[in-house]
Amino acid sequence: MTSLITDEPMRTDFTRRLKQNGGLIALGIIILFNIIVTPNFLQAQTLAVNISQVATIAIVAMGMTLVIATGGIDLSVGAVMALSGALAPLIFQSEFGTAYPALGLVAALLFPLAAAFLCGLFNGTIVAVLKVQPIIATLILFISGRGIAQVLTNGNLQTFSNPEFSYLGTGKILGFPFQGWLALVIACLLFWLVNRTIFGRYLLAVGGNERAAKLSGGPVRKVKIGAYVLCSVLSGLAGLIVVAINSASDAARNGNLMELDAIAAAVVGGALLQGGKAPIFGAILGAVIIQLVKYTLLANGVEDEVALIAKAAIILAAVYIQQARKE
Amino acid sequence: MAPLLAMSGIKKHFAGVPALRGASLEISPGEVHALIGQNGAGKSTLIKILTGLYRRDDGDIEFAGEPSHLTSPREAQNAGIATIYQELNLVPLRSVSENVVMGQEPRTLGVLINWPEAHRRTREILSRFGIDIDVTAPLGSYSTAIQQLVAIARAVSMDAKLVIMDEPTSSLDSSEVEILFGVVRELKASGVSVLYVSHFLDELFQICDRVTIMRDGLTVGCTNIADTTKLDLIAGMLGRNAEEIAAEGQTELAGGNSAFDEVVLDVDNVATGPRLTDFSMTLHRGEIVGLGGLLGSGRTEAARSIFGLDHLSSGSMHLEGKSFNPSEPADAIRARIGFLTEDRKEEGIIPDMSVRENLTLALLPALRKNGQIDLEKEKALVAEFIKKLGIKTAHMDQPIRELSGGNQQKVLLARWLATKPDILILDEPTRGVDVGAKREIQAIIRRFVDDGHAVILISSEFEELVEGANRIVVMHEGRAVSELTNPGITENALVKALAHHEEAAT
Repeated sequence: MTSLITDEPMRTDFTRRLKQNGGLIALGIIILFNIIVTPNFLQAQTLAVNISQVATIAIVAMGMTLVIATGGIDLSVGAVMALSGALAPLIFQSEFGTAYPALGLVAALLFPLAAAFLCGLFNGTIVAVLKVQPIIATLILFISGRGIAQVLTNGNLQTFSNPEFSYLGTGKILGFPFQGWLALVIACLLFWLVNRTIFGRYLLAVGGNERAAKLSGGPVRKVKIGAYVLCSVLSGLAGLIVVAINSASDAARNGNLMELDAIAAAVVGGALLQGGKAPIFGAILGAVIIQLVKYTLLANGVEDEVALIAKAAIILAAVYIQQARKE
Repeated sequence: MAPLLAMSGIKKHFAGVPALRGASLEISPGEVHALIGQNGAGKSTLIKILTGLYRRDDGDIEFAGEPSHLTSPREAQNAGIATIYQELNLVPLRSVSENVVMGQEPRTLGVLINWPEAHRRTREILSRFGIDIDVTAPLGSYSTAIQQLVAIARAVSMDAKLVIMDEPTSSLDSSEVEILFGVVRELKASGVSVLYVSHFLDELFQICDRVTIMRDGLTVGCTNIADTTKLDLIAGMLGRNAEEIAAEGQTELAGGNSAFDEVVLDVDNVATGPRLTDFSMTLHRGEIVGLGGLLGSGRTEAARSIFGLDHLSSGSMHLEGKSFNPSEPADAIRARIGFLTEDRKEEGIIPDMSVRENLTLALLPALRKNGQIDLEKEKALVAEFIKKLGIKTAHMDQPIRELSGGNQQKVLLARWLATKPDILILDEPTRGVDVGAKREIQAIIRRFVDDGHAVILISSEFEELVEGANRIVVMHEGRAVSELTNPGITENALVKALAHHEEAAT
């Protein structure tokens, strides 16, 4: 390099690297902070607790990432969690479910996911076919989805004892929570979907420039509907996991405020709100950061309300970094 | 007279790559000064340095007699340098007045905006340019031309000494261009200088006093426009010699045989809406058919109907003898039709995607293998096209937005060529593209046609139509009104055909 240009490129290089790896750096800082401050942080137990908690956020955040990649947003994820979570115990505790436990278990997994699928179809159709703004379109189910769940359960807390179903939230493989493995498998599948399949390519194209994608023969409607369906089904799955962890389904609380966690995780993970990017593993990183911040505050006795403010600060920082990255 | 602006020895590097290697520019007060050069010659970098968007590595700038060290567009604005961008930075939903007085609203009692005064002031400014419109109506309800003039009016109202216009006429039709030229002359008369950047060389001879030519980050010449010719300017930009170009013709489209008997596409009395009411044409194998007409004559709508973007309300189309009625672009693509759209940025590129992903976008269904994209095949194909079309890119995974306009256009052309189309519809294929790339693109089109395919060509550049098209279908107000056949078409004949229908209509 000549003496003229030694200074500037190095500096920009450094700031660029800082911006691009902001998430990892933040994660490092949080972990370091916890090692020093939080008692018993470096325990297998702590790791297991965090993985079991983060899995649901990660699973929903990955779905959210797909929707955000199209330039949309899905506010109904928490409501869909509540709905699918309410359906499962209703099915395996029904007469049919108790008479044929095995069939009942399968049905208790499939029907809630099918219901979530329909929710996604509904969201996607309103967005892609009726061209309603995603934030308004998904507000419909955001409001009514949880309402339906509460009507189905008469607003009651459903408690149950069903070890087979609870495996979803309490099972362990190689010492780690089952849902952590599940999230990892889903991440690999989605990564493949986004980066190697035609659907994935179209997904990013639609978010990057919808008109150009359409003019190049891209099935814009199908791709958008597909993204909302995937997001809903993943939310449905997360709803089942939460119910399985608690051995209880509370339609009023299951997935409450999940839309915010999921959007935050996706954005922290590098998803651009205007679309065109779908960093699947970024969403997991984002979910881990959000979960760790929550855990840090909780473990150090900070109030829940303060934790919300911390979450807002994270989103703010992520958006700021995104803006800076664009320049 | 002392110059208003003097830039000299300007250097700028981006991550070690030189963008400007010693550029200079000098503008006198009250002068209309043209700045030309191929894409990548450094015009925009120079302007961005002038307006404080970039910091120069080296060189001197004097503005209005004082050394200038602007660090932001706002400072430039305050210093008296106003920029009218290609994409207007105005608020379409607010009134004309609001847009003009924004940031310097007249006030009563120090807090409330004095609207009557704002409207009055706006009317006064606009009337100077001979524009009489309802200033309380939303800006977006007026044509692009008017919006552009409002942007200029806004600049003038802020006491600009220098107005920079970047491709101001690229979205205007010929009557609107005349209005704009009137405004430029008015600015000149009142002592304001104009820096005029344009790819349309003919315009420069109409309104500019001097022209500065840039090539490869250097200023290679500055002459009075009266002392030069179009050919000289092209030669200067390309770094070639004028005689050489004269011998070759101005475009690379000319040529081809004239025996066409195999009809590929037959369009009969097609209508899709108010902007396309009666369109007919026939297209043969090995033929370029031009669509001539002014802006808004229905040329683009005709293309959209063939590509399945607008649905037929009446009429019919036949593709190779079979009835053809595509309901979406995917249908047309399957029928081996490609459509290179006019607006590269809005309808062409996916800016954040790589050259590779952009190039294969229309081809994806053909790249499916075991449920995923056949990356090997994709890479081989992209490499082939990058080589064949001479696309200048660092590597195939470079984001397309980092390429120059001409290279972006080549990628988009490759996007369609890769689908092996029978028919290519090209809407302004060389607009906003530098002279070198333009000739290359024209040569690619020629080769495509000579291989036995067919092209429908829409172009506002008459020489492209006149030299390139075997026939020109002349359109007026949504109808195909006449047809010219080559050989024998001259620019005059085409202009006459267009003008004739203009007159007939009035």
